[in-house]
Amino acid sequence: MADYKYTSADFKSDQEVRWCPGCGDHAILNAVQRALPEVADALDVPHNKFVFVSGIGCSSRFIYYMKTFGFHTIHGRANAVATGIKTANPELSVWVATGDGDSLAIGGNHFIHAIRRNVDLNVILFNNEIYGLTKGQYSPTSKLGKITKTSPYGTVEKPFNPGELVLGAKGSFFARSVDAEVMLTKECLVEGAKHRGMSVTEVLQNCVIFNDKTHALFAGDKATRAEHTVTLRHGEKMLFGAARDKGLVFEEMKLKVVTVGEDGYTIDDVLTHDAHCVDATLHTMLAAMKYPEYPVALGVIRSVEDGVVYDVKVSEQVAEVRVSSRIHSVDELLHSGETWTIE
Amino acid sequence: MNARVAPINFFCGFRLSIRGKIDIFAGYYLNKMNNTELKERNSAVIRFSGDSGDGMQLAGTLFSDTSALKGNGISTFPDYPAEIRAPQGTVAGVSGFQVHFGAHRILHPGDACDVLVAMNPAALKANRNKIKKSATIIIDGGSITEENLKRAQFETLDPIAELGLGEYNIAVPDITAMTQAALADSGLDRKSIIKCKNMFALGICFYLFDRPEEHTANFLRSKFAKKNPAVAEANVKALRAGYDYAANTHLFADRYDVAPAPLEKGVYRSISGNVATAWGFCAASEKSGRPLFCGSYPITPATVILEELAKRKDLGVKTVQAEDEIAGICTAIGAAYAGNMAVTTTSGPGLSLKSEALGLAVMAELPLVVVDVQRGGPSTGLPTKPEQSDLMQALYGRNGECPLAVVAASSPADCFHYAFSAAKIAMEHVTPVILLTDGFIANGSEAWKIPSMSDYPAIVPPVAESAPEGGYMPYARNGKLVRSWAFPGKAGLEHRIGGLEKHSLRGTISHDPENHKLMVRTRAEKVARIADDIPLQEVFGDKEGDLLVVGWGGTRGHLRAAVESLQAAGRRVSHAQFNYINPLPKNTAEVFGGFRRIVVCELNDGQFASYLRQQFREFEFLSFGKVEGQPFTVAELQEKFYSLLD
Repeated sequence: MADYKYTSADFKSDQEVRWCPGCGDHAILNAVQRALPEVADALDVPHNKFVFVSGIGCSSRFIYYMKTFGFHTIHGRANAVATGIKTANPELSVWVATGDGDSLAIGGNHFIHAIRRNVDLNVILFNNEIYGLTKGQYSPTSKLGKITKTSPYGTVEKPFNPGELVLGAKGSFFARSVDAEVMLTKECLVEGAKHRGMSVTEVLQNCVIFNDKTHALFAGDKATRAEHTVTLRHGEKMLFGAARDKGLVFEEMKLKVVTVGEDGYTIDDVLTHDAHCVDATLHTMLAAMKYPEYPVALGVIRSVEDGVVYDVKVSEQVAEVRVSSRIHSVDELLHSGETWTIE
Repeated sequence: MNARVAPINFFCGFRLSIRGKIDIFAGYYLNKMNNTELKERNSAVIRFSGDSGDGMQLAGTLFSDTSALKGNGISTFPDYPAEIRAPQGTVAGVSGFQVHFGAHRILHPGDACDVLVAMNPAALKANRNKIKKSATIIIDGGSITEENLKRAQFETLDPIAELGLGEYNIAVPDITAMTQAALADSGLDRKSIIKCKNMFALGICFYLFDRPEEHTANFLRSKFAKKNPAVAEANVKALRAGYDYAANTHLFADRYDVAPAPLEKGVYRSISGNVATAWGFCAASEKSGRPLFCGSYPITPATVILEELAKRKDLGVKTVQAEDEIAGICTAIGAAYAGNMAVTTTSGPGLSLKSEALGLAVMAELPLVVVDVQRGGPSTGLPTKPEQSDLMQALYGRNGECPLAVVAASSPADCFHYAFSAAKIAMEHVTPVILLTDGFIANGSEAWKIPSMSDYPAIVPPVAESAPEGGYMPYARNGKLVRSWAFPGKAGLEHRIGGLEKHSLRGTISHDPENHKLMVRTRAEKVARIADDIPLQEVFGDKEGDLLVVGWGGTRGHLRAAVESLQAAGRRVSHAQFNYINPLPKNTAEVFGGFRRIVVCELNDGQFASYLRQQFREFEFLSFGKVEGQPFTVAELQEKFYSLLD
């Protein structure tokens, strides 16, 4: 533990924040600026080693509002650029601010491969189920039938659930929060930063202009969230509801919502969350839970470290070969192998 | 030796035997010349040709390396199909490796060969037009079967007559049968034994050109030492059997010796263009102190650069085999931003995919080298064949006003120099640079006098170390209009950059019209000023004359050889080969001014000629382009140049 005594103000740039009034992005920015002082102390990362990388979209303007090193790249490529930064210098704390269009559509390939490689990046995935910056076209997470400017009669394609995608790509860390839950978002981000490997934190974010209230049925206000979301914490029972009397049990190979004390269910029947379980089956089922059949899962759903972290492994291999090789300079390289002398 | 001595013959005819194998019949005779003479030759071209799986690239490489070790000048050209194992016995599946070696410096791999080794009828057919009039042809008699003739689409059972090769010196040893006989007691299975026939053929060639076999034997033993020593011994035995067979049977009327070239004193090695490119970047990394990073996606014919750099972890090189071409350049851009000497390698179609990210590197102003090993296009085109048709793409293939530096290498060995130079420009001018090579020089190899790193200049990128009073201005510039390179991790230098137009000093987003104009023109002028730091254009020959032959990049060897021959004939012809394409050397107009006519020769339909016309309206540029997926031949160049002088 270090003690840098940073405050969120140390991470606020002098740029005027230009997101629409009421946009969920403001709350996410707030959560990140609160998370970084904690991350700095927990992982001993000084201010100058934080880097924020983004692609294109409303979410990607994020980097201009952070008083850190920042690189606003091109559409879909933030994860690839960030992979290069982190591999080149693993000492940096590299963060990616990206959206459902940026990482799940145009940048889908880079997203899944960064996850597969387990590059130690911290990805904040802003999911508002719409293209905001191009003014209202459907995205890969828009609900089936969604009417937008490019789907005037409703979409005829099924959406991705980012959690299932991350876990399917062998993700080692996945968390989910809601923009309005600033403290939960912060908590997920700090946990994600501590995780050695790639972390993806999906934040369900509201676009007030083009997709207002898309998450409102289960996340519209505190009372609704209490009833229709379940916040998972490692080692704790999967309970929810204003009275925390509802829980998740596992029956007939499926998750089931029960009320503790009814139909013979006791607290002992309710599942205890194990975020560190190597087998991703239950994590995938939790990530896939959809309103209204289930509560939507929030919190750290999966956090499993296995030591195979791309940027670390690349550096280790370089260090090992440097020791074992007989070649240590370009002159030695040029003279290696077969040579002959002309007298 | 164990090999059965097969009938040796100057070919006269074939007939079909019952088993579908063609017997060599009428008029063959054992060519029992008791005193095969060893004649001196100034140079020779040998072409190994067979099925993609016949091991011709290896046989050719070993012949080339052996000749290089003997002190010859060498130049090689592998000519192989895009398919890894195309249908056996077909003309499409023929893989070739040509070696030009001589008692002097060799400029190119040769237009046509003096000796053709054909491992099957398809190889004979595929190379029909690559054989010199007086050439010796060695064809594996065991491969001349009805089935193989059909696969190669011969209409008769007599491939020699059908191709009109009756006048050549033809030897038809049954290489397949003799390799089998020689290795009968090797303990290997039939398939493994057959695989050794390339070494038998190489042995014959070693005899023909009086080459020692030690290098090849050592190579084979170290290559198979761990995997299968029996395979190594079988290959060595096949090599010796081939040599002994040719010696004992006096297979050829004459043998040739090609003396060592009077090369400059020093230590030499053989090197291919792709390996030289990779090593040039290692050198630039060492000279700049910036770690080398390569993000790439495999693509023919560029892949070897990534493969070589992946080995160079001993020099601290990090490589990322990315998920696609775009990620290749984007990881490299990330690494450049983080302070590495970053490169990405590709070929034509891959450069198309990298275009948008290249624009980002131009906009953000980051040092980056993109290597485009050009191949025939458009689209997938001719993946294994050389062309120079990506020039316009390299110069202009991006959205917006998006200038960057373009450098081209001219030979396998000087890929080292130009990779170094491209990296030096990239880092010192904090700009992306495209390095153009092509499949011809990338896969070709030549003897190279190993340079000393102490002779190479230091590379001093303008790295920002601390923030000045008033805060760090990421787009403040030095006298060369170059901004500083500030890596994440340096305290006080925190700043934001990106692909949006930015304020001319602070780097914050700016949509101001005047600012955009200023930035567009500044980025252009910054690239233009690189001309202050590159060498002046050299002219080979007199600075005035009747004809200036202009080329760029990988055509140098052929152009130089053709120009030399005209000069020797007393013609007033000179040669200028351009390596710095954007910006051009400052004396370019002066060079052009000395000649009555200028002809621009390139492996495309006139792209460099158009580029020059656009910049130098005062001169007339004739264009001589070739788009056959093959290098120029010296003969066609000579013919063209003579026609322009008449």
